Amino acid sequence: MTRRYGLKDVISRFFVNNAVPIIFIIFIAFAIPISGFSGPYLTQQLIIRISRDSFLVLSLVLPIMAGMGINFGMVLGAMSGQIAIILVLNWGVPGVGGLFLAMAIATPMAALLGWFSGVILNKAKGREMVTSMMLGFFISGIYQLIVLYFMGDLIPISNPVLVLSRGYGIRNALSLLTMRMSLDNLIPLKIAGISIPVATYVIIGLLCLFIWWFGKTKLGHDMRAVGQNMAVSEDSGIKVERTRILAIILSTVLACYGQIIYLQNIGTLNTYNGADQTATFAAAALLIGGASVVRASIPNVFIGVVLFHLMFLVSPMAGKNLMGSAMIGEYFRVFVSYGVIALALALYAWKRLKERERARRSLRGAKES
Amino acid sequence: MHRLRQFIDRAGWPRIIIGLVLLSLFLVAPHWGVRIDSSLMDTIIRFGMNGVMVLAMIPMVQAGCGLNFGLPLGIIAGLLGATMSIELGLVGVAGFAGAIGIAVSIACLFGWGYGVLLNHVKGDEMMIATYVGFSSVSFMSIMWMVLPYHSPTMIWGYSGQGLRTTVSVDGFWSKILDNLLAIRIGPNFTFPTGTILFFALMAWLMWAFFHTKTGTAMTAVGSNPDYARASGISVDRMRTTSVILSTVYGAIGILLYEQSYGFISLYNGPFFMALPAVAAVLIGGASVNKANITNVIIGTILFQGILTMAPSVINAAIHSDAAEVVRLIVSNGMIVYALTRVTRKSR
Repeated sequence: MTRRYGLKDVISRFFVNNAVPIIFIIFIAFAIPISGFSGPYLTQQLIIRISRDSFLVLSLVLPIMAGMGINFGMVLGAMSGQIAIILVLNWGVPGVGGLFLAMAIATPMAALLGWFSGVILNKAKGREMVTSMMLGFFISGIYQLIVLYFMGDLIPISNPVLVLSRGYGIRNALSLLTMRMSLDNLIPLKIAGISIPVATYVIIGLLCLFIWWFGKTKLGHDMRAVGQNMAVSEDSGIKVERTRILAIILSTVLACYGQIIYLQNIGTLNTYNGADQTATFAAAALLIGGASVVRASIPNVFIGVVLFHLMFLVSPMAGKNLMGSAMIGEYFRVFVSYGVIALALALYAWKRLKERERARRSLRGAKES
Repeated sequence: MHRLRQFIDRAGWPRIIIGLVLLSLFLVAPHWGVRIDSSLMDTIIRFGMNGVMVLAMIPMVQAGCGLNFGLPLGIIAGLLGATMSIELGLVGVAGFAGAIGIAVSIACLFGWGYGVLLNHVKGDEMMIATYVGFSSVSFMSIMWMVLPYHSPTMIWGYSGQGLRTTVSVDGFWSKILDNLLAIRIGPNFTFPTGTILFFALMAWLMWAFFHTKTGTAMTAVGSNPDYARASGISVDRMRTTSVILSTVYGAIGILLYEQSYGFISLYNGPFFMALPAVAAVLIGGASVNKANITNVIIGTILFQGILTMAPSVINAAIHSDAAEVVRLIVSNGMIVYALTRVTRKSR
């Protein structure tokens, strides 16, 4: 059935497909003046925050390509990154060297967890997202067991600054003073009073190139085919389960690097409640950028990170100036992160249901209504 | 041997292991100086506190909507009922009945909207339910601050507006059911008759509902939607009804919880409350598309039993508070396990 689309169709289609980013742009356009932040301040904050978060959000792209939805199990990667950071702090390796050492230790951990996660998700086809989320909660329990009870006891931690006063377990918040912004400041650059973390951007750029290149390889094509239709791909000789596991392994390892980059920028490690939020914020950012559960591109990532962080920056101040309470803005942005995921998921599921109904109707041979 | 294997097949390994762990915890408890009678009482009280929220899982599972990860929505209805009843100054039985009345009417409204939403997203219910739960909790966090409550027992003392994070129900309806007809056996054991009777009533109502025409139709929708539609059942209506029922049970469940606990937890309190309920029903032998009252009772006893026993025994034995983490691992692991066991193609 080929049909010519008029201009009106094209425009309405554009608005329907990009409803989420458009709503956010409108919201932010109102909130920025109310918040009273200056242009240079916002620019500086945005540049920092894009460098901080993009890597994490980019790690979600591959599983979406493979048709597995948003990999909420990326927190597995984030947690391996955190464990590696704790070990590196313990050994006292400073600076960029420490960061790369952490990445090196974390890679096998993240790959193993990614493999585990992939195997589990293969057993839960059709509900990967909720399973990966629960898996994240499950592994977060094991992470707590390791960090809170085994470290300093079964796993020797020699640096007393890291350990709780009771003799085992890692403290709630660790300062990463030796590694703080070591990557960001590796190649310092200041333009018009705004400092730009060049090295971090170079790494993010390389990752974008990698994802772009990966999409063109055989494996990338296989992944897309699997994402389109598992049965057909299986028949045409693609190892579906293996491809899906690979997508999750890659995503988990990337998330682990992303978390390390994130931590070096933040400068403190929130040992116990940092990692579980990672997936929510990354997913919200990606969806705000106009991605859906089956389609995510690199532009979606950056648009999303910019809009999400603008919202994050301005809503507490806007809430304070408008309602007289910063807490309201604080709650508001948490609400928006969760709400946008619910909204985007619901919109997508609804659209898919509609399409299936339309397909069924056309099979019956009824006239298009 | 054959019968043993049959039993294992029917009960499933995770359930048996959890049952054995609980049994061994009870067996070793006296050795570490943990009193059996008071732990038993704690288990029973916790069972009563949580039972109705676990019951709330049944309707949606039976109607094919999956596990109700959106339980926080029902809980919020319950919290609204509780706070409004206190705001109106209702005390004692009138207070608790008033709270239930308000909560149920709000839950019907919420449940209806939630049900309509879930009808538009068939196949993805659980994921969307989770985020409906999360976003409604965070939305209500704003509401708790701006809604015009005035009762001095609930609002922040210094600013004079916004509800406190925990509100005591002491002096209103604290332990109203726990103490009803309570039977005292020995110094360390009191049986909370009222709470257990209330749970039994709610369970009986659920059982009775599934034996009415509507209830049977709901089960039919869950087991085979196409067949149900062919026999003239409105699938969407049944699903909406199941969601409303689940939300109402969630609302009543949290009220039962609060009267026993003595406090109302607002703001982020309800955030992860769906997970223990989900885990309990799964431990009891339910799957993503099948659950009954027996699953709820066995599951809640096992889960709450572990929850009571593990901390005290582990604390006494190795002087460590690792039990909370062990509980997280067990309950979330159970949910992951259940999600990977597919008995029906979801497409």
